[in-house]
Amino acid sequence: MSPTKRIKVLIAKPGLDGHDRGAKVLARSLMEAGFDVIYTGIRQTPEKIVKTAIQEDVDVIGLSVLSGAHMYHFKEVMRLLKKYGIKDKLVIGGGIIPESDKKKLEKLGVAAVFGPGTDIKEIVDFIKNRVRAN
Amino acid sequence: MNDFEKEYEKWYSEKVLKNPIPERGDFYTSSGIKVKTVYIPSDVKGSYFEKLGLPGAFPFTRGIHPTMYRSRLWTIREFSGLGDAFMTNRRLKYLIEHGETGLSIAFDYPTLLGIDSDDPLARGEIGKAGVAISTLEDMRTMLDGINLAEISTSMTINGPAAMLWGFYIVVGEINGVSPAVLRGTIQNDILKEYMAQKSFIFPPEPSLKLVIDTFEFGSKYLPQWNPISISGYHIREAGATAVQELAFTLANGLTYVEEAVKRGLDVDDFAPRLSFFFDSSMDFLEEIAKFRAARRIWAKEMKSRFNPKKERSLWLRFHTQTSGASLTAQQPENNIIRTTIEALAAVLGGTQSLHTNSYDEAFGLPTEKAAMIALRTQEIIAYESNVTNNVDPLGGSYYLEWLTDKMEEEVYRYFDRIDSMGGVLEGIKKGFFQKEIADSAYRLQKEIEEGKRALIGVNLYRIDEEPDIKVLKIPEYVETRQIKRVKEYKKNRDMSMVESSLNRLRQKANEENLMPYIIEAIKNRATLGEIVNALKEVWGEYVEPIVI
Repeated sequence: MSPTKRIKVLIAKPGLDGHDRGAKVLARSLMEAGFDVIYTGIRQTPEKIVKTAIQEDVDVIGLSVLSGAHMYHFKEVMRLLKKYGIKDKLVIGGGIIPESDKKKLEKLGVAAVFGPGTDIKEIVDFIKNRVRAN
Repeated sequence: MNDFEKEYEKWYSEKVLKNPIPERGDFYTSSGIKVKTVYIPSDVKGSYFEKLGLPGAFPFTRGIHPTMYRSRLWTIREFSGLGDAFMTNRRLKYLIEHGETGLSIAFDYPTLLGIDSDDPLARGEIGKAGVAISTLEDMRTMLDGINLAEISTSMTINGPAAMLWGFYIVVGEINGVSPAVLRGTIQNDILKEYMAQKSFIFPPEPSLKLVIDTFEFGSKYLPQWNPISISGYHIREAGATAVQELAFTLANGLTYVEEAVKRGLDVDDFAPRLSFFFDSSMDFLEEIAKFRAARRIWAKEMKSRFNPKKERSLWLRFHTQTSGASLTAQQPENNIIRTTIEALAAVLGGTQSLHTNSYDEAFGLPTEKAAMIALRTQEIIAYESNVTNNVDPLGGSYYLEWLTDKMEEEVYRYFDRIDSMGGVLEGIKKGFFQKEIADSAYRLQKEIEEGKRALIGVNLYRIDEEPDIKVLKIPEYVETRQIKRVKEYKKNRDMSMVESSLNRLRQKANEENLMPYIIEAIKNRATLGEIVNALKEVWGEYVEPIVI
């Protein structure tokens, strides 16, 4: 992508949990870091998230789940992206996600999973490096 | 300037400012209250009896009971719930066997939102963050072999609290235990759901109506039940400061009392059963000050606004949980120490019951081993530390009393702001609380990243290692088993009975106390989701304003 265009990020909360602290802090921090950010709010279905990502033509989809239901919802998002033939979006995740699940999610195509205690700078750098490289 | 102040000024310029090792900067509590080097008698204003008094006497700053833990220890109440009714039943029995004295049930997200396990929206979530309860049969299985006449049960349920309470009451009846002897709590604090925890279902007004229905029903038929646990915990965990937690929780509490009085209830019929729930995080002394200020503000406000006759109506009784958000995924064993400090603050603050977190909660639900250490943490404080020897042992500390006053002052400042915007409901609709909480969460994160707030193992003394931790996973078969159970339950019933009881519920939704109609529907084998959906048809669903 051209170096002048701002990176566009969708921060989404699939599933039913209302733990939106991390999602909101990240959304705000990414705005501060110069990204265009859309935050979906809570209780989004994977279908709705993928549609929003396509409509808004975002570069990055950030998924946050803290209810333990991450495997189901992340898998659904990845399946739908594939179904719609979307390959150009960087998908990252966050939440209460055990190490063993992180590895499974990465195999499914999730670029990275950030757990509690992650420095926001790490996420910013990760997005910048990966999106610029595309 | 009195002698104390003069002496202090002199000491400050001669000793502190000229100290060969200067102070490391300014010092603040976690709520951002600036703290002096040392506190002296002149920092504590006002009369002892007006502000503190003796324990068990107005304004209850030092404790609601005269003898506190010398008579009875706090209730050890570990929050648990996992998988389906069978798995949770096993965990509850394990905790009882190891000294737990009260149950505390965590529900999964579909249950929290009144969605049956066989609903497509429940996929992937069943049993993950707590137990799945969709039917009377689920509740019966979960409580199998537990004597409901003896144990008290706290249920963390809000949007559909009236329905889960209904399940519990009916299971009691089936087991031959009358509602009059049932003891426990439903969280049922819908206002903080809109502010922080976000497990709301209906819009605020009908939700509040349903809450008052439970107050009224409880005061008549379940005199030993707490129909609400007015909760600061979730507000705090969502990022609020201790001051905000305290101010918003007490404002919510006063809103419920106002609503109930508006309905025509006598304040003394329900106020003695109101209970509270606070967070205990890492700023040890600020937390203790918070608990003490909470009791004093509540007693004063209840007295001046509602003038109850029973002294009990002035009591702020509370449960405490140590802070989940203070735990780290890095070097998770350190969380045992954090939890110990937080639990000790709760005890020194005079809590009535306590949950201590397990060290592995930054990874998932606690394993049995981690849950055991959490339980033992409380037992060590209770039986080995001697902090239970007397009441409010830190009372009279110049700093603690000053800080208690300061927190009270800050709370009243928030009360004024809330009043001027038209009360709590208006504040929720305007997104005021949500914005305040989000701002604090953001600030806190910044402080951690800038190293202004230390987090051992994260921004200080970090070691990069993969934590050696065993994670509890809910097996896949639980979801399948639970869906099957709910489907079978739905097959074996008289649908005309279900329909007619749901119809009555719809008709009465805005007119009468709904508890009897909910119980009737449950007895006719309506499920949680069906009851909630019937009311959604009348009341609609709440969609929150997005506030970042």
